[in-house]
Amino acid sequence: MIPALRRLLHYTRPYLLYLILTVLCSLIGVSLSLTVPVYIGQAVDLAVPAAETGSIDLSAILSTVLRLACVVGISTLFQWLQGLCINRLAFGTVKDLRTDLESKLQKMPVSYIDSNARGDLIARVIPDIEILSDGLLQGFAQLFTGVVTIVGTLFFMLSVNIKIAVLVVVMTPLSLLAASQITRASHNAFVWQSKLRGELSGLTEELVGNIGVVKAFAYEDRAEERFEEISRKLGTAGQRATFFASLSNPTTRFVNGLIYAAVGTFGALGAVGAMPWIGVMTVGDLASFLFYANQYTKPFNEISGVLAELQNAVSCAQRVFEVLDATAPDEHAAQTLPAEGRGEITFENVSFSYNRNKPLIRNFSMHAKPGQRIAIVGPTGCGKTTVINLLLRFYEIQDGRITLDGISTADLKRDDLRRQFGMVLQETWIFTGTVAENIAYSRPDATREEIEKAAREAHAHSFIKRLPNGYDTVISDTSGLSQGQKQLLCIARIMLTDPSVLILDEATSSIDLRTEQRIQRGFEKLMQGRTSFIIAHRLSTIRSADLILVMKDGNILEQGTHAQLMRRGGFYAELYRAQTA
Amino acid sequence: MQKLRHFLKPYRKYVILGPLFKLLEAIFELIVPVVMAKIIDIGIAERNASYIGWHCALIVLLGICGLGFALTCQYFASKCAFSFGTDLRGALFRHIRTLSRTEIDQIGTSALITRITTDVTSAQQGVNMAIRLGTRAPFLIIGAIVMTLLIDCRLSLIFLVIAPILGFVLYTVLTRTIPMYTANQKQLDGISRHTGETLDGVRVIRAFARQEQETAKFREECAALEKSMIAVGRISVILNPLTFLIMNLGIAAVLWFGGLQIEAGRLSQGDLTAFANYMTQILLAGIQLAGLIQILTKAQASALRTAEILETQPSMQNGTETPLPSDEAISFDHVNFAYADAGDPALQDITFTLRKGQTLGIIGGTGSGKSTIAALMQRFYDPTSGTVRLYGKDVRSYDMQALNRSVGFVPQKAVLFTGTVEENLRMADQNVSPERMREALEIAQASEIVRKLQFGLQTHLVQGGRNLSGGQKQRLTIARALCADPEILILDDSTSALDYATDAALRKALRTRCTGMTKVIISQRTVSLQDADLILVMDDGRCIGMGTHSELLASCGVYREICEAQGA
Repeated sequence: MIPALRRLLHYTRPYLLYLILTVLCSLIGVSLSLTVPVYIGQAVDLAVPAAETGSIDLSAILSTVLRLACVVGISTLFQWLQGLCINRLAFGTVKDLRTDLESKLQKMPVSYIDSNARGDLIARVIPDIEILSDGLLQGFAQLFTGVVTIVGTLFFMLSVNIKIAVLVVVMTPLSLLAASQITRASHNAFVWQSKLRGELSGLTEELVGNIGVVKAFAYEDRAEERFEEISRKLGTAGQRATFFASLSNPTTRFVNGLIYAAVGTFGALGAVGAMPWIGVMTVGDLASFLFYANQYTKPFNEISGVLAELQNAVSCAQRVFEVLDATAPDEHAAQTLPAEGRGEITFENVSFSYNRNKPLIRNFSMHAKPGQRIAIVGPTGCGKTTVINLLLRFYEIQDGRITLDGISTADLKRDDLRRQFGMVLQETWIFTGTVAENIAYSRPDATREEIEKAAREAHAHSFIKRLPNGYDTVISDTSGLSQGQKQLLCIARIMLTDPSVLILDEATSSIDLRTEQRIQRGFEKLMQGRTSFIIAHRLSTIRSADLILVMKDGNILEQGTHAQLMRRGGFYAELYRAQTA
Repeated sequence: MQKLRHFLKPYRKYVILGPLFKLLEAIFELIVPVVMAKIIDIGIAERNASYIGWHCALIVLLGICGLGFALTCQYFASKCAFSFGTDLRGALFRHIRTLSRTEIDQIGTSALITRITTDVTSAQQGVNMAIRLGTRAPFLIIGAIVMTLLIDCRLSLIFLVIAPILGFVLYTVLTRTIPMYTANQKQLDGISRHTGETLDGVRVIRAFARQEQETAKFREECAALEKSMIAVGRISVILNPLTFLIMNLGIAAVLWFGGLQIEAGRLSQGDLTAFANYMTQILLAGIQLAGLIQILTKAQASALRTAEILETQPSMQNGTETPLPSDEAISFDHVNFAYADAGDPALQDITFTLRKGQTLGIIGGTGSGKSTIAALMQRFYDPTSGTVRLYGKDVRSYDMQALNRSVGFVPQKAVLFTGTVEENLRMADQNVSPERMREALEIAQASEIVRKLQFGLQTHLVQGGRNLSGGQKQRLTIARALCADPEILILDDSTSALDYATDAALRKALRTRCTGMTKVIISQRTVSLQDADLILVMDDGRCIGMGTHSELLASCGVYREICEAQGA
């Protein structure tokens, strides 16, 4: 917990002024507010008609009341300022943490992002930081105010009457005991409830999300049974958790009531002198004591709430710092590429595996001459896409060497290396933004004319025109574009660029055949004079390649032109015949 | 909440008794300051120790009773709220069952899921808090004012001034900030979406070397959120200090005017203490009330959304008949269809007839209407005009569950459910024999998959089969449809992830081992359809060619083009 707090403190450094002000303001605001009962007591004492005159000292009351009003006014001001400062501190820190986390993720290797669940990483950036802010920053402020209130209250009570103050302190554990018992009882119920809630939302997502399948199989009755069963269990668990949690308020009120009664009894007995050991006490003292007793247990409850939240926040902070502490690969750029790339690529005895126990690519070698068209084919899982991952350094090779125009890619800056490539991947990526923004992602400075030209070449223009706002329609990955349309946009994106090497990884897998053939012409133009890598399922699309690499289990089984491979009558010929039979 | 009121009916007893007990607690709470005033005025003034003792015991007794009442209320409230929530959830689920695809498409499944989970929870919380605080907080405020009226009506004027001011402050701050919080939440959702997108697009972003720009964009979004958080914070942060100020100025006023009243002999010292006490109670109750209003506003919005779903009427009426297989298995008679909210028709004038045991092939580009034909056969939608017949009768005359039982469907997207492989295979028919299951797996070319799984049929599928490859999932979904031995089998482009050899083996098994079964195969590959008795070539919702493979090669240009493109 301490290291997490220290790290967080580091993040608050730009807002140090606000941090100091928060502490200062809360100190002043709380202390002043604690003097209020003292003035109330004084005023009550002054409200006794003097024995000799039979009237009360109104001017004294007035001055007490005015002083009270002044103290209240100043305290209000400082409480307000404290709130403003803590906001600046908390929200600013949140912004910085979030941005740092995001930029860290951008720097982490692709393998890191592939190997962590997407939802988990998002959770760290969004809710974890939110909880961290609520628990550690705002919670800390509450904790601080709470402690000041308790210490202050004790101080004032002691100054009024030590014995009764001790009485209140002795009764404090009662309140803490009640709170901890309730927390323990409700904790288990809450754990049970959140487990069932997760189960139910999982089931709902599955059953309602696939309602079509559920209906097609006339599975509705049993789906309902399953749903009802968990739903009922959740109802019971939730009821129990809520009931236990709801005990805390009345119980606190009760304990407060007990303290109130105790203070009342001994205070009153002290005032009448029935218990000389209590000491002298006026009605006014009693009144201010009653006020203190009323607000004494409140900070205890708040603190116990904050402590629970704090635990949660610390575990969130640890998750956040875990990402921030992960080591990003260092960039050492020993060499730079010439301005005009030729696009010559070699793989020399490259070995790689995602999992050390399962070797994937072993001693892989190949040579792509500038302007050549290389096709990679093979069954699923044979390592086709891995070759692309290695070429672009999304993953680092474990042995061997890959060169671009004679320079080892390991000696280049990743961004410089990647700028040489243009690629369309099987998995389309559309972000929330307009169609034009999506296309121009590869070249943000492209003009509208250039964008439209690219879209025409990708045969995306006609469907874009039919969208409600044409090129200015805001789209997202889930906005109802078909997989094929998304692929067309990704192809348009690449049509805007001028890379020296082109990579098409199943770029047209979701596009129907007739459209694919039309796009082919666009691709032909793009591939002119560029080295290109094509990965495709449909063998008919790669017949014209200069070199076909047939991969199986991470190795090159055969290589050659279509005609050569067919003549050879090996694995490729078999695959080809199976497809066209 | 009005619209969901009848869900509370079975729990009327809790709805009435809960607040009642809370009211009793509140009354007891209101009596305490009066008793304390008596202690000061009589006990202390007359120096009567036993009077003080007895009255303090009374305060403790009031506390114990209050605790008992409060706990009873909390119990009733939680019982009522969670029974209400469970009932509502069940009702929603049952209602969603009755909706047709048209309504489900319109509402969207993600919205439906949110209604069942988040919205029910928030409505439930509303009921819970309304029972607990709905009467208590207003009662404490009114009660405190009444009590002060009884003690001294002139001094209680202060309360009549303070309470509305407090109410006004709470109301203004809350009504200002609630919409701002909603807007902030939207901004945060935007940041969350952006984070997800940058993770999804990690390769593209890096391929274009746009990491820094992405981070810059992200920073901007975060800064914008910070700004609006501070803006709303500026207003909401004023609430607590302001209520503190109002209450204490109220106390100051009580002390001053109380002093005047005492001077005039109309008020005692103890009464003055009681007045100050009531002021604190009003403040605490006011803050509770503000919290309650927030919860209730949220609950109200959730209740409205939930009621909206419950009020949606299914657009299709269920029939009563059970399908009885006859020779004319499927026929479309001048069928036209357009999806709701879509301008262009998805299907135009489709007519064909398929005999029992025959195979229908459907081919065409994306969005040409292939899957729509399959959907109409299962009555996921009703045609805009024309008739879809199964076994010579309009599909609308059949009971929908019975209809679905006689049609086996393999959807485009292979969806398996959480549970064991066997549970998935038993989906359509709980009592499938082991022999039939084995046969279905063999036909679907899935026996090998099951054999290789660690626990065979008992293997647990994680999150709907995420531990299986696309091709494995497709074959299991085909086996699942075959298990129930349906009269009609529809394969909606469901062999796309299979390699050509497996696809061919599957087709052969279907042909030789399911001879009586009528088959509808939708595919992008001409090879998959070559042996079909009838092939429909779809283009933009129209059927532009119909016949067998060889007939179409001769008569349909588009079909020929597709075949050539696939190298056949």
